[in-house]
Amino acid sequence: MSAALELAGLRTVLDTPEGELRAVDGVDLEIAKGECFALVGESGCGKSMTALSILRLLPDVGRIAGGSVRLGGLDLLALPEAAMRAVRGKRAAMIFQEPGTALNPVLTVGRQVAEVIERHTSLRGPAVRRRTLELLRSVGVPEAERRMGEYAFQLSGGQRQRVMIAAALAVDPEVLIADEPTTALDVTIQAQILDLLAKLQAERGMALLLITHDLGIVARMADRVAVMYAGEIVEVAPREQFFRAPQHPYSQKLFAALPGAAQRDGSLAQIPGQVPPLTTEFGGCRFTERCDFAFERCAREVPQLRTLEPGHRVRCHLRETERAAPRAASRAAPAAAAAAGARRLLDVKDLKVHFPIRRGVFRRTVGYVKAVDGVSLAVAEGRTLALVGESGSGKTTVGKAILQLIRPSAGSVRYQGEELTRLGRAGLQRYRAAMQIVFQDPYASLNPRMRVADILAEGMRSLGVGRDDAERARRIGVLLDQVGLPASATSRYPHEFSGGQRQRIAIARALAVEPKLIVCDEPTSALDVSVQAQILNLLKSLQERLGLAYLFITHNLAVVEYLAHEVAVMNEGRIVEQGPAGEVLRAPRHPYTRTLLAAVPKVD
Amino acid sequence: MLGYILRRTLYAIPILVGINLLTFALFFLVNTPDDMARLQLGVKRVTPEAIAKWKAERGYDRPLLWNAPAAGTKKFTDTIFFDKSVKLFALDFGRAEDNRDIFNEIRTRMGPSLALAVPVFLVGLMVNITFALGMAFFRATYLDLWGVVLCVAMMSISSLFYIIGGQYLISKLWHLVPISGYEGGVDAAKFLVLPVLIGVIGAFGSSTRFYRTLFLEEMGKDYVRTARAKGLAESVVMFRHVLKNALIPILTGVVVVIPTLFLGSLITESFFGIPGLGSYTIDAIQAQDFAVVRSMVFIGSVLYIVGLLLTDISYTLVDPRVRLA
Amino acid sequence: MPVVLATDFLVWLLVLAVASFAWYSRRRAHLAAPWARVFRSRTAVASAVVLACYILVGLLDSLHYRPALPARDAGAPVAYSVEARSLLDLGLAPLRERFEKTYSAPLATRLFQREQVELPDGRTARDFPRLRHGGAHLEAEADWGKDVVLRALAGLAAAFALWSVVLICARRALVRRWPNVPWGAAAAALGAILALAGPAAMLADGFHVLGTNQVGQDVLYQALKSIRTSLVIGTVTTLVLLPLGIMAGIAAGYFRGWVDDVIQYLYTTLNSIPGVLLIAAFVLMLQVFLDNHGDWFPTTAQRADMRLLGLCAILGLTSWTGLARLLRGEALKLSELEYIQAAHAFGVSHARILARHILPNVAHIVIITLVLDFSGLVLAEAVLSYVGVGVDPSTTSFGTMINAARLEMAREPMVWWSLAAAFVFMFALVLAANLFADAVRDGFDPRVRV
Repeated sequence: MSAALELAGLRTVLDTPEGELRAVDGVDLEIAKGECFALVGESGCGKSMTALSILRLLPDVGRIAGGSVRLGGLDLLALPEAAMRAVRGKRAAMIFQEPGTALNPVLTVGRQVAEVIERHTSLRGPAVRRRTLELLRSVGVPEAERRMGEYAFQLSGGQRQRVMIAAALAVDPEVLIADEPTTALDVTIQAQILDLLAKLQAERGMALLLITHDLGIVARMADRVAVMYAGEIVEVAPREQFFRAPQHPYSQKLFAALPGAAQRDGSLAQIPGQVPPLTTEFGGCRFTERCDFAFERCAREVPQLRTLEPGHRVRCHLRETERAAPRAASRAAPAAAAAAGARRLLDVKDLKVHFPIRRGVFRRTVGYVKAVDGVSLAVAEGRTLALVGESGSGKTTVGKAILQLIRPSAGSVRYQGEELTRLGRAGLQRYRAAMQIVFQDPYASLNPRMRVADILAEGMRSLGVGRDDAERARRIGVLLDQVGLPASATSRYPHEFSGGQRQRIAIARALAVEPKLIVCDEPTSALDVSVQAQILNLLKSLQERLGLAYLFITHNLAVVEYLAHEVAVMNEGRIVEQGPAGEVLRAPRHPYTRTLLAAVPKVD
Repeated sequence: MLGYILRRTLYAIPILVGINLLTFALFFLVNTPDDMARLQLGVKRVTPEAIAKWKAERGYDRPLLWNAPAAGTKKFTDTIFFDKSVKLFALDFGRAEDNRDIFNEIRTRMGPSLALAVPVFLVGLMVNITFALGMAFFRATYLDLWGVVLCVAMMSISSLFYIIGGQYLISKLWHLVPISGYEGGVDAAKFLVLPVLIGVIGAFGSSTRFYRTLFLEEMGKDYVRTARAKGLAESVVMFRHVLKNALIPILTGVVVVIPTLFLGSLITESFFGIPGLGSYTIDAIQAQDFAVVRSMVFIGSVLYIVGLLLTDISYTLVDPRVRLA
Repeated sequence: MPVVLATDFLVWLLVLAVASFAWYSRRRAHLAAPWARVFRSRTAVASAVVLACYILVGLLDSLHYRPALPARDAGAPVAYSVEARSLLDLGLAPLRERFEKTYSAPLATRLFQREQVELPDGRTARDFPRLRHGGAHLEAEADWGKDVVLRALAGLAAAFALWSVVLICARRALVRRWPNVPWGAAAAALGAILALAGPAAMLADGFHVLGTNQVGQDVLYQALKSIRTSLVIGTVTTLVLLPLGIMAGIAAGYFRGWVDDVIQYLYTTLNSIPGVLLIAAFVLMLQVFLDNHGDWFPTTAQRADMRLLGLCAILGLTSWTGLARLLRGEALKLSELEYIQAAHAFGVSHARILARHILPNVAHIVIITLVLDFSGLVLAEAVLSYVGVGVDPSTTSFGTMINAARLEMAREPMVWWSLAAAFVFMFALVLAANLFADAVRDGFDPRVRV
């Protein structure tokens, strides 16, 4: 097995106001021809910087501080920039996470594929056109002839990523680097793109460096896996070995934090603390402070990447003496108990939200976008209803329409039998406290100009919860404790908190007015898996303690399996299937549900 | 797309009406015609008769909005509002203090104004884009740094000094071109070289710096990284990818001023004695010739609205996202 | 007797507002942190020192009083002059009072024009007469060179001494408190200013440092008096611009619908009229109005001041549209954000959402726009005054200085000093403002493009 790509001691630093940030700190890896090598890690671990360093495409503040990158024996770091350009696109190509922004908006997609061919081959004119067409067809762009003359904004997300792949593979590179190629895509599109990548890789025998945070994708695609943590590789192993018995405590935690049916009855494993800032000088293991097994040597001595068995290497002092046991196989999930006798809180009947399409000189309404088109659902006290769907299915609009943040066009929303759709701003005030919402983006959901105490007090003041400021202040203390934040948080601003902590503040804000129902709109999809586990655990324990009901809007089926009692699957503004979580997920009846379930990459 | 343009055109109508009402209010309601007469006539000659005569000569002796004693439609048409404001829509501007027809004057003065403004616009645009592109290309080097310093320094100098300084240096010290004056035809060139040069230099600093930030902003986008990942040379990345995107805001941003080029440039024209609309306006302001100022306000607004319309159209032409959406 | 001109009142109101805003910002990280970033830049600190000197002059010139006339007999009520003077006038009394006949070059001892002079032997001849004040203390004109050099050196020495004292005091008071600020740049800027001001002050005692103008007024005095006009135009205008721009912009972006339509219509209409023409029309009307109500103003200073104030109001009325458009866009974006949605879910009132959520989150745009607008307004004043629709001809400003000096362009040899003085004073002010504005923009938000 000869190496197509070889990294040795690669170090990349970024110059930040806080000092030199060692984003990549001594990475060694080898990828063979025809191999799919997955680089896994949570955000900020340095996996993308590793990829950019290979092609020397770092942002202006970044530079490679040491090590070597060899592409089929050619030392890339020693090449002058002009020679490096001859390598980029020809021998090693790259595709990026956001196909929407990675394509030039004012050039046709055909042009953007063709320019690679023109740059690296002697083909010109019609020959380039023929080759472009051929490439677009081979990556499965439908009606390639017509699409060639179109612009990126006219294509769907999946098609854009196909175009990116076509451009990357235009001149048969030896190595393809795919940086989170499907993260921005829906799960069904993700499956198609992954299949395409696997097929093309097999056909062409190229090496694929796949960078991802999703262990499911790794299980589906990779031959070998490397886990990155805080700028270092902590474990490298063949896929089977890695999934059977991960050896590094961090790798193990990543598995344990994955939600799923198996964990329904208990809480998910979570990793305490945060990734240490990469501006610090490390004198020991970087994972020490978050590790359950840390002992005195860990803080004192930097562990080396040691070979356990051929191909399996781990950076951990523990593994000098013992091996970790294989992962427990996941158990069959117990069926969710039926919602026996629970009181109905929320009743939604035939909800419709239509947005007018206006055209012509006088902006007449010529039609409607039926974002939500006849949705009926019910949520019972203390239960969780998961509303599942892909982007554009209308699930978020349902959530906002229930809270009357968007006024429904038709249908009824009843809270404990009381019709909400006909109430005015003042009339709704009485129900505001009963129903609250937690949003997806922890950065946009807190006003950066308000202190945590003011954020938490705002709803209480507006809805008259708590008699006076002193009582509210006491309540804020209780809330912070409930969501696991220190009392000192009150006087701080949101930017001083991490994503997970912000989401805790957002949950506390919703809890402040003592709601019965919380609409959770993708509350964990912007978070890393270990942080997601913390938030899911929190939501679950709050439900048990306070008897909350959740309408949990998500695209993540694993989260549904872990948390939901009932599921409603949404597609194109309608609910296509609804029922107890266990039933729907294990024996789906509707074809769409089946496609959705089949598309999810699974770890086991 | 056609519907869009039509809609924008219709939208221009209420704006024009608004401008008309605003200017009417400004010129006739804030101060009465009597006030204007007093100012024009000077303190010594103010008698009720003189004021009445002054008003009668200019048609200011009628009621403002509604002529009750008049018959039929005259109730409306025989008023200051109709005569001085509504007629502007028909390009009937009336007469200036020197009794010349304003419309004729504007027509003859448009030529020299354009002869100055168009070269300033085109040369300036090219020079500014070229320099901005160069600075963006050599970003974060000393060339870029000193380029920005130069731009900021040039921005900080009043346009008056460019004109005075340029006039002094080139004409007086070096005797290269005439200081001021104008002739039609080919001879115009020798009178225009200096004002054009000064016009370009005067706007160089702020425009170039603005374009540079546009280029830099564009260069930070993801598609630029993609283009580099394809192995394209930096010049190709710059010209094929960045320039094309950055030109959209630049071009659509300048389109709005194209119609207003007709108005000429106020200061430059009056300094160099070019008989264009700019100097006409200045003279009118200094002579307090209200009729001319009112006409120029109206024409300027119409041209600006045309510019807005052209901007909308140019967006649909250069930006595929707007054209095809 | 103290006199408070309308613009004086507004200037001091602004000072108060800025001071209280600074006090308010001190404890709020989102406002204090950007300012800390601004003052980490060398150019910002240096230009802030330059601006501070200008502001000091401007403020001294904004405290007016009417001097008591010498009492004719004891016991009679004190009569006050009709002329309003400022503290600056008091300090610069020698400059203000020493009139020459007409032009004289900087540091000259003789007039710029030949006149009939009587020679010691009784005959008359055409010659350049000695100045009444410039160099009058010199017994022999041959000593001129020596005297100038000595005065300049003495000025430098005094400046250096003062600089050292300030530095020693500042080290104690400032450097320890804010160690991250590049005080070196501040010291350098202050040093440069003192090195110019010291010799100028020494020389001004015996000469006209920057010459005199057509009516024999000291050009240095005029330049210093122009500073207040520029500052007033650059700052008081914001008092009109700010409320209009903020209210219109935020309301349009937040409420949308017909509110947005009306506000957009308003500012498109206002924007459609070419700026200079609209201002010209306004000012012409203002002038008619002031001329016809001359009896409202007891002193010419008050009338000129009213015109200055009117000009500020007009500039504000015509330039709020830019800020409004920026804020509208930002408010549109913000009102979609999840924390605003959360506030709606709590039933928080519109007024409270605007005040607590929208306004604080657009504050940086307001600050950036204000600082960026300043230099534009200062430059605009010069052009408008040149065109004749700026400040009152009796108000000293850079525009009126340039306008007056321009007439002498054709003179051979040229009368260059008025222009040069206006150029240098204006350039330093606008450059400092521009550099400071750049730093403010970078400090508050590197992405906002204004």
